[in-house]
Amino acid sequence: MSITLTEQAAQHVARYLEKRGKGLGLRLGVRTSGCSGMAYKLEFVDEAQGDDEVYESHGVKVFVDAKSLPYLDGTELDYGREGLKEGFRFNNPNIRNQCGCGESFSV
Amino acid sequence: MTLFQISEPGESAAPHEARLAAGIDLGTTNSLVATVKSGMATVLNDEQGRPLLPSIVRYLPDGTAQVGYEAGDWQAKDPRNTIVSVKRFMGRGVRDIAYGEALHGEMLPYEFVDAPGMARLRTCAGVKSPVEISAEILKAARARAEAHLGGELAGVVITVPAYFDDAQRQATRDAARLAGLNVFRLLNEPTAAAIAYGLDNAAEGIYAVYDLGGGTFDISILKLSRGVFEVLATGGDSALGGDDFDQRIFCWVLEEARLPPLSSEDARLIMVRVREAKEFLSRHDKAPITVKLSSGLTVDLTLDARTFATITENLVARTLRAVKKALRDAKLLPEEVKGVVMVGGSTRMPQVQRAVAGAFGRQPLNNLDPDKVVALGAAIQANLLVGNRTGEDWLLLDVIPLSLGLETMGGLTEKIIPRNAAIPAARAQEFTTFRDGQAAMSIHVVQGEREMVADCRSLARFELKGIPPMVAGAARIRVTFQVDADGLLSVRAREETAGVEAEVTVKPSYGLSDDEIAAMLKDSAAHAREDAQRRALKEAQVEAQRLIEATEAALREDVRLLAAEEIARIETAIARLQTLILGDNRREITLAMDDLAYETQEFARRRMDQGIQRALAGKRVEELARGAASAPPMPAEPSGAFAPSGLPAPSASEASASRPEKTT
Repeated sequence: MSITLTEQAAQHVARYLEKRGKGLGLRLGVRTSGCSGMAYKLEFVDEAQGDDEVYESHGVKVFVDAKSLPYLDGTELDYGREGLKEGFRFNNPNIRNQCGCGESFSV
Repeated sequence: MTLFQISEPGESAAPHEARLAAGIDLGTTNSLVATVKSGMATVLNDEQGRPLLPSIVRYLPDGTAQVGYEAGDWQAKDPRNTIVSVKRFMGRGVRDIAYGEALHGEMLPYEFVDAPGMARLRTCAGVKSPVEISAEILKAARARAEAHLGGELAGVVITVPAYFDDAQRQATRDAARLAGLNVFRLLNEPTAAAIAYGLDNAAEGIYAVYDLGGGTFDISILKLSRGVFEVLATGGDSALGGDDFDQRIFCWVLEEARLPPLSSEDARLIMVRVREAKEFLSRHDKAPITVKLSSGLTVDLTLDARTFATITENLVARTLRAVKKALRDAKLLPEEVKGVVMVGGSTRMPQVQRAVAGAFGRQPLNNLDPDKVVALGAAIQANLLVGNRTGEDWLLLDVIPLSLGLETMGGLTEKIIPRNAAIPAARAQEFTTFRDGQAAMSIHVVQGEREMVADCRSLARFELKGIPPMVAGAARIRVTFQVDADGLLSVRAREETAGVEAEVTVKPSYGLSDDEIAAMLKDSAAHAREDAQRRALKEAQVEAQRLIEATEAALREDVRLLAAEEIARIETAIARLQTLILGDNRREITLAMDDLAYETQEFARRRMDQGIQRALAGKRVEELARGAASAPPMPAEPSGAFAPSGLPAPSASEASASRPEKTT
């Protein structure tokens, strides 16, 4: 089981955390909602939860709750740009379908 | 594939529900767009990585417009259709613009068309108002933001100078609407800069914002209390900026190199090198200035930081004089300022930093890019207002600089929203009619701190018509003042029984400058005592007049209830009061009122008995009331020298009248 960040993603996360002035790391998660059943969560972490698995990637701690882990296992979080738009991208091997916009998906 | 931003814990937006917001610094020379991404305010660059959006619009004969660098290239070739610095024309008439031209010693290449409210410009694409031209800039800003965020903006915060008046603010808002933008709010530029530095979360106190741009200098003194910034004073120089520093170096080069008169091309070339040298000196002690002129002559000079500081000393001193004046206006000492924020690229110059540090006795805040700090603050505010940070329920508020109220009988000011109330604000108060059967009420909206309307500023007048006939004091007219987030005022009057309504939105063509506001406040403090006395006198006069009119109406109606000598005594008392009203002895007026009240006591009792008998005889009360007001309705216009008949009088039921009721 593992979740990773690309070096570029890790650099951005580290910068945001520094700017924010607090936070233990980054939380990846899924929840049920959206047009294709599931949606990603991408949040700062101020407090770990009891069932969190913690991974470290390029110096950044990544928290994933036990329920989300099966849907995210093997995911690599990347940072990239499309035109003028910049942000984080989930490269998740578990996905079968996703909605046109990619904001929600099913496994 | 979607690109995600990091949310605060527990606040990931549901799919397709992320609400996008941006802050726009709509500048005179350049505009910027910023947004908050993953909790960090960031200025958005264009496709070529340039953060600035030059505030330049060029109109083409086919009616389309170019904006930004693309338009800037045409400034020299197509000046008439290429509009720069349109912000200076916002909410301004032709006469103001001509005055500005004279002040700046320049001739604008545009053909102005006078129009009510605001000057317009004739271009090859037709006559354009500054609002339409600004809208083109905002459209470009919007396109940039939406390209970055990948969706439609829910709303924006646009910054405006602190000294912008209501007309200029309204024009800015109209431009945004035209550009299809939803404006959460307009934010003062110095306030935005303070927010970018997180001062809204800092200790309460006084902060100064020193803004030295390319062509203008602004100083603002802000007071932060309970998360609310109040602009205490502004000042500056609309013709002092980085360009003047360039000019000084340029003259120094001409002297040092003993150059003969230059071709315009050579002059432009030197100017470019001069600007580079100036920027170089922000980080180094010495800057080389090397120019090969068209004549083959080579200029090779070195400008050191000390010389640069010396030749620009009086420019810096001019800014400090404005700083001192602003502090004086706010009645503050430099030591009382808790922090100084630097805004504008020209504040990078070390001699400016030193001078500001010296003037305030503290190091200014300068670790954010001074060109971007206003846009960043706007983005942070927009992010808050769009509701992306639901965890925090505070909102940064502005305040009303002068009390808002209306004129009541006798030319008195009744304040509805007091000065320094946080906006948005809404307050309502009840008023009543002055005369029996009064059918209309004229509402005169004023701004100021003085007790007499004549000493305040008139904002708007409107009339509430169709008040059903009632005896004086019976009508209940609820007047609601509402100030929206941009400081725009709307006033609504509603007669409660018949439900008639009238409303006005105040868009004064010219608002007040901060100097005028300061002067009005000073006046009010100086005249407080005298005003209070005048007010008490006026109130007594109004009350006396009302009593006379009520008595006369009763006499007309029921004179048969009285004996001749009773009538004579009442008439004498009326005549005496009538004479005293014209004087200024409040005590005498009050005593004479008591006399008249005493003389009419018996009369009132008899009338009451008669009323009861009539009612018992099966007449409906409404018929009685109609009977009592069978005289034609009183016009809303003043009918006599003293008593403007249609004005609202404070409601007779003091409890509801004197306590403004908060509706939001």
